[in-house]
Amino acid sequence: MNFKMMGRFVGKILLVEAVFMVPAMLISLWEQEYTAVRAFLWSLAAVMAAAGFLLLLCRGSRNQFYAKEGLACVGICWIVMSLLGCLPFYFSGAIPSFIDAFFEIVSGFTTTGSSILPEVESLPKGILYWRSFSHWLGGMGVLVFLLAVSSVGGSDNGFTMHLLRAESPGPNVGKLVPRMRKTASILYLLYVILTVVNVIFLLLGEMNLFEAVCTAFGTAGTGGFGIRNDSIAGFSPYIQNVCTVFMLLFGINFTCYYLLLLRQFKNVFLDEELRLYLGLALGSIILIVINLRGYYATLEETVRQVAFQVVSIITSTGYATTDFDLWPGFSKAILLSLMIVGACAGSTGGGFKCGRVLLVVKSLRRSVRQVVHPQKVQVVRVNGQSVGEKVLQNTNAYLAAYVIIIILSYLLISVDGFSITTNISAVLTCFNNIGPGFELVGPTCNFAAYSTFSKVVLIMDMLAGRLEIFPILILFSRSTWKHR
Amino acid sequence: MKIIIAGDGKMGAILTRQLSAEGDDLTLIDFNPKVLESSEVRYDVMVVHGNCASMETLCEAGVKEADLLIAMTGLDEVNLLCCMTAHGLNPKIHTIARVRNPEYAVQIYEMREMFALSMTVNPERQAAAEIERLLKYPGFLKRDTFVKGRVEIVELRLDSDSKLCNVALNDMAPIVKCQILVCAVLRNGKAVAPDGNFVLREGDRIFVTASTNTLAVLLKNLGVITHKVKRVIICGGGRVSYYLAKLLEKSGMGVQIIERDPQRCTQLASMLPSASIIQGDASSRFLLESEGFSECDALVTMTGLDELNMIISLYGINTKIPQVITKLGRTDDTDILGSLSLGSIVSPRELCCNTIVQYVRAMKNQAGAALTVHTIADGQAEAMEFLAEKSTRHCGEPLKKLKLKKGVLVVCIVKGPKMEIPNGDSSFQEGDTVIIVTSKGKGIYQLNDIFE
Repeated sequence: MNFKMMGRFVGKILLVEAVFMVPAMLISLWEQEYTAVRAFLWSLAAVMAAAGFLLLLCRGSRNQFYAKEGLACVGICWIVMSLLGCLPFYFSGAIPSFIDAFFEIVSGFTTTGSSILPEVESLPKGILYWRSFSHWLGGMGVLVFLLAVSSVGGSDNGFTMHLLRAESPGPNVGKLVPRMRKTASILYLLYVILTVVNVIFLLLGEMNLFEAVCTAFGTAGTGGFGIRNDSIAGFSPYIQNVCTVFMLLFGINFTCYYLLLLRQFKNVFLDEELRLYLGLALGSIILIVINLRGYYATLEETVRQVAFQVVSIITSTGYATTDFDLWPGFSKAILLSLMIVGACAGSTGGGFKCGRVLLVVKSLRRSVRQVVHPQKVQVVRVNGQSVGEKVLQNTNAYLAAYVIIIILSYLLISVDGFSITTNISAVLTCFNNIGPGFELVGPTCNFAAYSTFSKVVLIMDMLAGRLEIFPILILFSRSTWKHR
Repeated sequence: MKIIIAGDGKMGAILTRQLSAEGDDLTLIDFNPKVLESSEVRYDVMVVHGNCASMETLCEAGVKEADLLIAMTGLDEVNLLCCMTAHGLNPKIHTIARVRNPEYAVQIYEMREMFALSMTVNPERQAAAEIERLLKYPGFLKRDTFVKGRVEIVELRLDSDSKLCNVALNDMAPIVKCQILVCAVLRNGKAVAPDGNFVLREGDRIFVTASTNTLAVLLKNLGVITHKVKRVIICGGGRVSYYLAKLLEKSGMGVQIIERDPQRCTQLASMLPSASIIQGDASSRFLLESEGFSECDALVTMTGLDELNMIISLYGINTKIPQVITKLGRTDDTDILGSLSLGSIVSPRELCCNTIVQYVRAMKNQAGAALTVHTIADGQAEAMEFLAEKSTRHCGEPLKKLKLKKGVLVVCIVKGPKMEIPNGDSSFQEGDTVIIVTSKGKGIYQLNDIFE
């Protein structure tokens, strides 16, 4: 393991974090929330000190990196970044318990949006901003940001590919253009543009700038931290519809937007994953609308509420405009299934990813056919191109790891003695980076009731879900920490 | 610049390493996903899996926006087809194809016209030409020419009996009695830019700038005994051997080729009437001895196996053959080989890569680009030739007043017919040719880049 190099990466990530903390502090300064300003100053000092220490300690590292280091590095970066990122919450007294503050920021960076706060409106503005901004940074990934702004580790090294693969979700991560820095820049540029457009649309409603920006951050990262206690429910139907549309847009693979810019419309519209994603969303909306006949006053309201909830869940955002915990069982079952499926690979959304569902179903179909025709040679195809056996193998391994970790986490948090629905939905919602679950962790409730131990388990789940398991799993392997 | 490299083999890998370091945007095409994967995580490049001659794959690799396509697959025909297809899809693209088959070599100029190729490369032929040049002046490990062959940077190895051992560079003049400049020294595998007080030691490999006319004087004064090469033994009958034998035949040297494959021997015998072809295993000492190994003037080892080449060369050096040239396919670890004293090392791939990189640099910067670029000192330094132009800064100012970038050395200034080894008072004018030596990766593409 090239520990020095990893230390340098962590140091640089902390510098990025420090830079992004400054706007939050300025907002607090503007709003004259001096406790928060002081908290931000202390946090900044801590982050800078840690970054300086790491960068100093890890001078003169070898500039080489392999797959294992890449995975472990991403895992460590996220954990350290969260440990220091929660300091403003803790120092300002907004969240008095450290583990709660940690839970909150991990929930932010992993774009989960599960909160332990029963009410948020009384929080200082700067803290609220930092909370929402963590979604935005975590959505596209902080290492990708680092890759975009600086050519880490020399201009001609390819090892940054390991970092992109580890941080970007999806079974088959590739570059858009030959240079990593340019690829990362394009991704972030698309991300910024979409976010700005979202803010503009929200401003056209009756939102003020602060609300619009925070809501857009939550939407862009598919996070779900609201700035009001009732999430988006208190806003006008126009705002709700804008959110629905943009959540759906941020759940789409960003490669599609790049292809649209290149005018390759055919490739985008024929993309099987995109079709599956949109089809699932539409199908679920129709089914739930039928199931909810007469629940809301008008058909318009029903469709609006259902569309918002369905999109919020499938993209793993977790905003809410209504308490879907009160919906009938069939509707809830659909939502629970959507939690697992998640958004597209290469988007900011979480979950198992539509692309993987596609691969798993197709390779399952192949295995079934193999039983009937043992001699048949079959290739799994997506978008007309054959998928490599290695990708299929990885996808199946991912499925296995996914199921095992969810079951284990469920067993561990069951110690707290809540109902099965609460526990299962809590694990699923955290692991898939969604936000609300059902019953005690439903849209109107929060995670404060869980014990410290369960919160740690859920924190690891959120990280594992966002980074797609392996970067976190490798940290638990003993060989990772041995000197080679 | 956007470059597509078709064929991610050994040659492709060397090119990728070099061009990626120069800051070009590379896309690699290959049909083997495994080599692509390893390239993708080693270099900052994009990879496309598929047949490089198919339009679909080429489009996926972005041929329509690319500036240059380099076809480096193992098959000449695929390379040609690939370049033609690319040219059809994007008439503005430059294309470089590797064409190695000797049967095509004779028609290469016609083919270049017909298929709209910008350049063809033939690493084997190039290597043969390089080896022939080395054989003409035995005593030098490597010769790189500049200013159309008038100035050279030659590599010498200081053995224990050399007159230059334990001599400071300032005190060299009375020994060599000609105008030369030591521009780089390779000591223990590391390149050093020496100053006047630098003392040379045994085992150093020195890189000397001199005009081509003084080379013979230099060798004589250094006490390196040279006699004209009359008989050359070539181990291995591959393509380089064929091209080399052809060239040596012309200059009247006797050539013996030892090749294991009887069929290939027959083929060579029919193609090379005046060379003597011996069928047998070049690694057998007995065979070598019986063919008069110890009396030949030069040994060139060119079998397909690097290890075998190295062993035969070591044996040749042991038996005191005046000149030994070793062909190596892999050049990743030449720094280890430096200590082995294998004589001159020639790598067809490296040579070819240099040619292509030079082409790419010229494309990038049509005006003011380096006219010639050679990598020296095991790839740790580069020697470049520039033409001072109107836009060149500091013309006419003495060198000692200029602030050059660290590691940059002006080693030669050619003013019309006069060649000058510069000192602090020298200066260059518009129209002069300037040769500089710089450590690798300084990002120098034109003459103005050398100034601080």
